[in-house]
Amino acid sequence: MKHEITLKVNNDTYSLAIDPWRTLNDVLREDLNLTGTKLGCGSGDCGACTVIVDGRSISSCLTLAVEMDQKKIMTIEGLAPSGEELHPIQESFVEKGAIQCGFCTPGMELSAYNLLSQNPHPSEKEIRESLSGNLCRCTGYNKIVEAIAESADKMKPKKKKGRKK
Amino acid sequence: MTLSRFDLFSPERLDEAVALLKEKGKDTFVMAGGTDLLIKRRHQVIHPRTIVSLKKISGLNRISFRSGKGLTIGATALLGDVARHRTVLRIYPAIAKAAGNTANVQIRNMGTVVGNLCNASPAADNAPALLAMNAALNIVGPQGKRVLPLEDFFLGPGFTALQPAEIVTSVFVPMPLSGSGATYLHLSARGRIDCSAASTGVALTLKGPRIDKLRIFIGACGPTPLRMPKTEKILINQKLTKTLAVRAGLQASKESKPISDVRANEDYRSKMVAVLVRRAILEANKLARDNK
Repeated sequence: MKHEITLKVNNDTYSLAIDPWRTLNDVLREDLNLTGTKLGCGSGDCGACTVIVDGRSISSCLTLAVEMDQKKIMTIEGLAPSGEELHPIQESFVEKGAIQCGFCTPGMELSAYNLLSQNPHPSEKEIRESLSGNLCRCTGYNKIVEAIAESADKMKPKKKKGRKK
Repeated sequence: MTLSRFDLFSPERLDEAVALLKEKGKDTFVMAGGTDLLIKRRHQVIHPRTIVSLKKISGLNRISFRSGKGLTIGATALLGDVARHRTVLRIYPAIAKAAGNTANVQIRNMGTVVGNLCNASPAADNAPALLAMNAALNIVGPQGKRVLPLEDFFLGPGFTALQPAEIVTSVFVPMPLSGSGATYLHLSARGRIDCSAASTGVALTLKGPRIDKLRIFIGACGPTPLRMPKTEKILINQKLTKTLAVRAGLQASKESKPISDVRANEDYRSKMVAVLVRRAILEANKLARDNK
């Protein structure tokens, strides 16, 4: 039996009737045509399908779409909402050459977003640990780690003037 | 062959969930985070016709601590939340470490500690430390509630002492005594993401300089996590020295029953049990001394 659900994706609201066995990944890609979210291993190892749900990164391939009813979802299409300017994380990935074939990139950038929203000043070790659920077969990871460190610097909240210590 | 198609139920009350499990019978599965269940379906190890999700049952995701009593981790409490929980980090660091070392970031944002136990993998990251700390499971089923020591829960790979239509609602860990320490150590080929090739959980309590109480478990080296009674015997009522820790590690290696598989071979596992148990005992002993 199909379930009537409401998905809130990148500030758009969709009403859908969905079979219970379909994953969030299926629905994002096939029903909503948001193909920036990739499907790699389908078993939670590679991270290509990473999306942000209620502020946390998850694997969309292991999430039933029906269970996402009323939840706030952000995909890679929502990272730079204007569609013109890139998000600082995306800018740094381009500048540092952290993208080669690009298949892992949406997942990598959303894992970076997840990290920086919890920890705005991560160490290199923390950056590497935050990518434990994302595989890249091209870059050797170093450029990606550099890009995330650079974007953390860019996104640093500016110090308020006249603030006494 | 196509993957099984199933009905999904998300009851808001536990008794409804139990009733559904009883009514639907065969090929019905309980789901918390789904990170093991949906992979098993994908690999066609199971063919669910009905899935009962616990996520909408209120209060089941709670992590609560009562001083003098202990810690209760609800069935849908996420691995990531347990790993970051302030009280768990302060009073149960071994449990926080085990949760924080399970799988990867995304899986920890979806999967649960109780689900990791119910999946009953011999390599379950959360089992050894909880076993060493004498945890118990709160279970509800058609006959009502019962409490089962975690030590009696694992029967074999993927098999537990759960009866049909029973649900584990939480895991309870008693408050550690003063002068006690607990540790979790594990090894895996690919850092954190991989399943553990060998792991150990140790909890001990000191009386003066001597070890008064001690529980040692190892994971991924037998059909279930295993207790090491002969190793414990070597250490009990003794003052721990490096030599004694080495001897205990070697005994644990003899007591373990590892197999060779994709993650490690039998020989390597046996050797690593000796190393892990030695290190874990020394670490737990140090924590216990600091915790007086």
